[in-house]
Amino acid sequence: MTDWDRDSRTASQIIRGEQPAGRVRLRTEPVLPVIRPEVNGSATESRPAVFDIRDMAVYYGSKRALVGTSLKIYRHLVTAVIGPSGCGKSTFIRSLNRMNDSIPGFRLEGNVLYHGHDVYGGRANRVEVRRRIGMVFQKPNPFPKSIYDNVAWAARNLGMKRQLDERVEEALRQAALWEEVKDRLKDSALGLSGGQQQRLCIARAIAIEPDVLLLDEPASALDPVSTAAIEALMHNLKSRFTIVIVTHNMQQAARVADRTAFFSLDSTGADRTGTLIEYGDTETIFRGAKDPRTRDYVAGRFG
Amino acid sequence: MSSRARLTLGQRGSRTRTASRPRAAGKVGDRVLFGLCALAGLLVVLTLADVIYQLANNASPAIHRFGLGFLVHTTWKPNFSIEGAGALIYGTAVSSLLALVLATPLGIAIGLYLSMMSPRRVRGVVGPLVEMLAAVPSIIYGFWGLVVLVPFIYHLEPGLHSALGFIPLFGPPSTTGISLFTAGIVLTVMILPIISALSRDLFLTIPAELKDGAEALGATRWEVIRGIILPSTASGVGAAVVLGLGRALGEAIAVSFVIGDVTQIHKSLFEAASTVPAEIATQFPSPVNPMQTAAMFYAGLVLVVIAMLTSLAARMIAGRFDVSAAMMGKVV
Amino acid sequence: MSASTPITLGESGLFDPTAPLTPSGNLRRRTVVDRLVRVSATAAALAAVAVLFIVVFDVARRGASALSLGFVVHNSQGLAGGGIANDLLGTLEIAVAGAVIAVPLGILTGLYLTEFAGARSRTARILKLALDMMQGIPTIVVGLFIYGLIVIPLHKESGFAGAVALSIVMLPLMARASQEVLLLVPGSLREAADALGVNRWRTVLTVILPAAVGGIVTGAILAIARAAGETAPLLICDSIFNPTATSFNLFGGVPSVPMFIYQSYDLPLAQAVDRVWAAALVLMGFILLANIGARVMLARSRAKMGR
Repeated sequence: MTDWDRDSRTASQIIRGEQPAGRVRLRTEPVLPVIRPEVNGSATESRPAVFDIRDMAVYYGSKRALVGTSLKIYRHLVTAVIGPSGCGKSTFIRSLNRMNDSIPGFRLEGNVLYHGHDVYGGRANRVEVRRRIGMVFQKPNPFPKSIYDNVAWAARNLGMKRQLDERVEEALRQAALWEEVKDRLKDSALGLSGGQQQRLCIARAIAIEPDVLLLDEPASALDPVSTAAIEALMHNLKSRFTIVIVTHNMQQAARVADRTAFFSLDSTGADRTGTLIEYGDTETIFRGAKDPRTRDYVAGRFG
Repeated sequence: MSSRARLTLGQRGSRTRTASRPRAAGKVGDRVLFGLCALAGLLVVLTLADVIYQLANNASPAIHRFGLGFLVHTTWKPNFSIEGAGALIYGTAVSSLLALVLATPLGIAIGLYLSMMSPRRVRGVVGPLVEMLAAVPSIIYGFWGLVVLVPFIYHLEPGLHSALGFIPLFGPPSTTGISLFTAGIVLTVMILPIISALSRDLFLTIPAELKDGAEALGATRWEVIRGIILPSTASGVGAAVVLGLGRALGEAIAVSFVIGDVTQIHKSLFEAASTVPAEIATQFPSPVNPMQTAAMFYAGLVLVVIAMLTSLAARMIAGRFDVSAAMMGKVV
Repeated sequence: MSASTPITLGESGLFDPTAPLTPSGNLRRRTVVDRLVRVSATAAALAAVAVLFIVVFDVARRGASALSLGFVVHNSQGLAGGGIANDLLGTLEIAVAGAVIAVPLGILTGLYLTEFAGARSRTARILKLALDMMQGIPTIVVGLFIYGLIVIPLHKESGFAGAVALSIVMLPLMARASQEVLLLVPGSLREAADALGVNRWRTVLTVILPAAVGGIVTGAILAIARAAGETAPLLICDSIFNPTATSFNLFGGVPSVPMFIYQSYDLPLAQAVDRVWAAALVLMGFILLANIGARVMLARSRAKMGR
């Protein structure tokens, strides 16, 4: 345990996980910042599961990218997916709302059950899946339209014509962007900064009120201030949506997530395949992980 | 090779390059190359100017005789009198417009199909096949059009007339199937590959992340096309359409086979007619008198000015897109 | 715009998330529209391909009866008999002569655009516009132009005039093809040559052009194929000739396949019409094969470059 009285590190050093000067740490636990989301660990299991993923494996042609993944994602929680690069995190999250369908050679085995329904089932309509399970991507990708039209576009498609202005405003407020753009809604979205564009992408995703919001490394292309802003959003949004966030920054996961899934590369087979190593409450993953590989990763020993 | 050239490495001396004498000769070589290339470019521009000059020069008797009324008057009977190419201009405009009206939606639809709605293997086959339509020489379209298409349209026209006859455009059917309408159909086939191939290339320039972002919002394919792809490429597609128009305006041989040789304006599409290029093709080799030749040069001058203006318009409309009619099926 | 009841996003009951993943809300209607568009676009593409096949098969069917090896090898014997060997030769002569003018000029123009003029410079834009305009000139007008430039001073039509006219048709294609190929040569090659102190002209001749030669050859083949099918310029500049003779003199009339078709198509004799179809088949076959061949070469060179 850290002796906070005698620790002379600055807050950012703590967040970055730097060791205190003059002390040799032998144990593997990471140093956590003080701010943490609340979670009632024992109640998690009794929450409704939004996703029930059973033995999911993903192939691109003959190459196996992801193997043997089974986990449940719970309602109104932020679930983080962490792991070293190339371990299939993106593949995993994109498979939840069928965004991998257009990739040539993509094949999924196992089941992805969303509220009990197979997302890849014969009767599942792909557009409907994406309507319920929205996504924000790593690189901000605003449409070459005005700020207002970016947020309103999908809502118009869905027939949400009444109170469209209010809907746009509320979405921008929820994404913490309203104050910055309220006077220039008709301006092109491409004139915004990177962080603003990403918040715009979040706004347009929540404007249509999906059930789940998937975020694929939403802050990795952004500066620290924008990153902090987006992390603050997670806490607000999770009361209304279920959130799954992929991040390569494990401190970020520690800051925002209630549950964390750790993926890594399984090098026991012939080629390296991504696989789920461990999944549990964030507190457990970061403080007392069961698998040694998890402990190694969160201690910064690799990745 | 200069005998003074010595290659030394490392610290032994300061000379690590060949002597300066070959460099001076090289400068001349550079200048010669630049001169040749610049001359080639200059030649291109001068040729354009010379085209206008040659046409205007040979047309001058007709220009002096008819003036600008040439564009409006419609009497074109070389054996009797020529007053103007108005009928020809009308035929050119109507046949090209008909082709545009038909080929634009078809071409855009095919471009969408090839870029967004077909599996990779299919588009690798269908795409080149559509482009091959542009490779068929116009004389084959003309000859085939005369022998095969004309009888087919001859059977089609009565039906169209009875269905749409209340519009003056669709008047009584022609006696043989040779008509302005048939010319329009042939032109449609000829400009379709231009519009579809250019549209397809334009649609493919939209980055995948933009499409992903739209699809992740629960939009159907068509909504992504309508809301993102078409608006973003509108100027390019517009330029492609203008290029197709330019092609249609200038087509001589294929049209001459199927349009008849009637230099009169009729309201109905099902009448025979003529266009400027088709008339030149038909009558230039055997003119009745020198004034007719001059008149054809005059008509050709009008035609080329319009063609150059469409090329210019296409480039201006295209904006940031590099849309060029050099659709050779991409050399590289 | 007025502040009516504020919206709370999420949990407003727009759909039941636990319901099966079949279309909810207005998705059913939107799916119908989407499917309609998909079907129409597919139909349009199939119609276009069908037209191509119809034309090709029609020409092949009608031309096959008169087509034989003799047809290609023997000369024309007046209106009703013989082959088109002299016409084929004539077409080759004229098209190759045109290429002799257009290919070097096209390469030089392409070189100017890639090596000497900046991509955004005024000269580059003017030259590109000029090339576009040149390509937009109707081929019949090209014929008229050459008629005034060459036929009138020489007092006669000739294969030479036809060749120059075709070179104008070919030049923009060659220039654009050369430019695209030259742009593909990696800048690192040029920089390495510069760093070694090699002169520009030497670099171009010994490094850049050889790297681009594949694409240039492909472009030349396509340009020649295109020129071989052109009728309008020849109709104006080279329409007088002896149909039975083989000509090796470009400065006299030179027969050609398109002109053969144009001048024989409305003959009343059945065999004559058959021959015309056969000639059309030969012409179209050559052009389509050249196109396919060029594409195959393209695909192979792309695979080699690992793209």
